[in-house]
Amino acid sequence: MNFMTDRKRAEGLGSGSEGTQHHWKMMVTSMCLVILVPLFVFTWGNILGGTREEVMAAFSRPFPVLVTALGLLVGLYHINMEVDEAVEDYVHGMARKLTLVAVKALTYTLMAIAVFALLKLAL
Amino acid sequence: MADVNRGNRPLSPFMIGPYYRPQITSISSIMVRITGIASLGTAFLIVCWLLAAATSDAAFGVVNGFLTSWFGDLLMLLASWAIWYHMLGRLRHVIWDFGYCLDIKTSEAMGWGMFIAATMLALLTAIVL
Repeated sequence: MNFMTDRKRAEGLGSGSEGTQHHWKMMVTSMCLVILVPLFVFTWGNILGGTREEVMAAFSRPFPVLVTALGLLVGLYHINMEVDEAVEDYVHGMARKLTLVAVKALTYTLMAIAVFALLKLAL
Repeated sequence: MADVNRGNRPLSPFMIGPYYRPQITSISSIMVRITGIASLGTAFLIVCWLLAAATSDAAFGVVNGFLTSWFGDLLMLLASWAIWYHMLGRLRHVIWDFGYCLDIKTSEAMGWGMFIAATMLALLTAIVL
């Protein structure tokens, strides 16, 4: 008799050893970004090009701050998974582990800087 | 149970090169990955710009001067193309993953559509902004 379930056999598979979790998160962020990318591109793109006073005035309103924060945070979360996929495909062994940590560290740093800068501009 | 014998099994070869004829489905898929990774650079530039704006006039002058120079404009045009293309490419994956448009003809049309739509959206972005 075989007690192994289908789920147990599938768990931990995939190049990132995460089963389908990574794939599903990719789908969720992809769908969110279909809304966020147009909002971000036209909102932030419109602010870029102004003087520092104009930029600070723009970010004193809630909408540009929230769209920029959402676009950058969800975008970076998605890009991080995108880079992880490529690393898992082409980098192996210890180098893979260190590269994944480095990419995650860069992503978290960029997220923290974005939040800090937006708070300082907005408040 | 699967994978009991992991011994002498063939590895899948790296096919891009003389063995593999480029197709719009594969090229458009490779471009999704390239534009995704390139967007990390775009995000880095935008975050630098935000930090500079939050810091001082001098810092803002340097970063904003770079991003609004002719080279910065060119970079932002390419970056917007990459972001639009990547968004469309990932949307294509979502459509596929829900089980739609999986036939070759529609997939090939979506591949060309991504290049055309991303170019039009990037030009629209450049004109509007």
